[in-house]
Amino acid sequence: MQQLENRDNESEYSLTPHVIRNDFPVFRQRIHGKPFIYLDNAASTQNPTSVIERVKKYYEEEHSNVHRGVHTLSQRATESFEKSREVVRSFLNAKSTKEIIFVRGTTEAINLVAKTYGKQILSAGDEILISGLEHHSNIVPWQILCNETGARLKVIPINKKGELILDELPKLLTNRTRLLAVVHISNALGTINPIEYLIKEAHKKGIPVLVDGAQSAPHIPIDVQKLDCDFFAFSGHKLYGPTGIGILYAKEHLLESMPPFQGGGDMIKSVTFEKTIYNDLPFKFEAGTPNVSGAIGLAEAINYITRIGMDTIAVFEKTLVHYATKRLLECNDVRIIGESKEKGGVISFLVGDVHPHDIGTILDEEGIAVRTGHHCAQPVMQFFGIPATARVSFGIYNTKEDVDHLIEGLKKIKKVFN
Amino acid sequence: MEKLSELYQEIILDHNKNPKNFKRLEHPTHTAEGYNPLCGDHYILDLYVENGKIIDIGFSGKGCAISKSSASLMTSCIKGDSIEEAKNLFEQFRLMLKEENISGFIGKKAKITVLRGVKAFPTRIKCATLIWHTLKSALEGNTKTTTE
Ligand SMILES: Cc1ncc(COP(=O)(O)O)c(C=O)c1O
Repeated sequence: MQQLENRDNESEYSLTPHVIRNDFPVFRQRIHGKPFIYLDNAASTQNPTSVIERVKKYYEEEHSNVHRGVHTLSQRATESFEKSREVVRSFLNAKSTKEIIFVRGTTEAINLVAKTYGKQILSAGDEILISGLEHHSNIVPWQILCNETGARLKVIPINKKGELILDELPKLLTNRTRLLAVVHISNALGTINPIEYLIKEAHKKGIPVLVDGAQSAPHIPIDVQKLDCDFFAFSGHKLYGPTGIGILYAKEHLLESMPPFQGGGDMIKSVTFEKTIYNDLPFKFEAGTPNVSGAIGLAEAINYITRIGMDTIAVFEKTLVHYATKRLLECNDVRIIGESKEKGGVISFLVGDVHPHDIGTILDEEGIAVRTGHHCAQPVMQFFGIPATARVSFGIYNTKEDVDHLIEGLKKIKKVFN
Repeated sequence: MEKLSELYQEIILDHNKNPKNFKRLEHPTHTAEGYNPLCGDHYILDLYVENGKIIDIGFSGKGCAISKSSASLMTSCIKGDSIEEAKNLFEQFRLMLKEENISGFIGKKAKITVLRGVKAFPTRIKCATLIWHTLKSALEGNTKTTTE
């Protein structure tokens, strides 16, 4: 089997999904007797052999608690864990590893910010600004916080194409706005938000910005210094890595100013019953034994995709989305929900009046995995007046043939429901 | 494709397209809302019960082919039944989706067995039972049901 990691000519590598597919053992199986076509990458991506092997190696040779022991394995585990942090730092181009906090995922990262930073700065009458495209994980933590503090949640509205209505922005960034928390790429519609612009506008008024990068970090290049965002969150399981690991990036001075999230081991320097001195960054925000194997697996996943190149991936996926959009629109009863000019590798659609749940079942019988439902973005569905959509979302191993199979699958749906 | 054609039988697709008892009642004695947050299926079930007998029944709302045809079949099966009979039928229905046991359906009730193909699709069982849970809620005086 030809493995990407064994190719000598890496610099000249351009994305050949048929080759990349071979790096992902999950595609060796058949589903319902058909070749497995995975189009649910916005939910979770698959893991390449290199990630699976790296995690295995950790458990076979390094597994131990981190930051605690003097023995060899504890040193190995600590070294691998901290090396992983450096890999993440470099991936995001953060200034320092102090700014990289290991968390469970995007959800935990946002909750961390809400419970620490948010709680500290918000008073009654203050405002948190989000957008009409948010995943529930960038809505609910702020709602909870607003209930606790008497602050108000404001929303940047969207238009029929699924784009933010930017004309509303000046009105919504008020002198009571304490934070703008916004999704970079929508998981429900694929809209790529003009994140640089949003950050600039917020910063003009001294308002910090949290970026939900769950759908961007795996698919386009991210430079947190260039973006100048204050917080950035993403999940390992959407970036060809393990579940249960994710990243919160935050500017160092903000992290310094924030109270700790959870209390426990690892986040302290010294504890007496009278007083606890918190540990330095980033450990202050990592109470308890962390997900060591997850962090190591995530770093390996980052190594894998950065070897391909984030620019290459972005261009490749854009081409694939163009192709899929064209093919879908050729089916006369398909309606695409979300027609933003700038779109990532996500397409939400409906087929005639067939319920998305039925679409999902029929495609699954064809070995094609798509997502159906509200995609944890019920306000988006409410805006379009629909309960659910079918959604395809692409990754580095998807091919034009995958799209062709999808279109064939959709024809089956028409046949069943004529 | 066999499993699939078993699931989406002609009769089921017919009920989906032209559901029976697809209406609101004007003066229901019992009403409940059924909601499956996973897929957004959402129905309202109205009953008119007199002397322990379901005199009239209607459902309205939106959902997938399985949940809708199940609602259509259920309402036409239990119209005229006593509450006891309706509850028993729910038990039979559940058994059918668990064990494919269809022996308990007699007479006009047998038509509901077209839904037995759902058993092969575990993720869809909730679609088929949503309206039944809603019925149970309505009869017990609860107004909201969600499947988890
Ligand atoms: C845009 C967006 N934000 C946040 C999340 C939540 O990520 P996680 O479930 O990994 O915490 C997701 C994933 O479903 C997402 O797509």
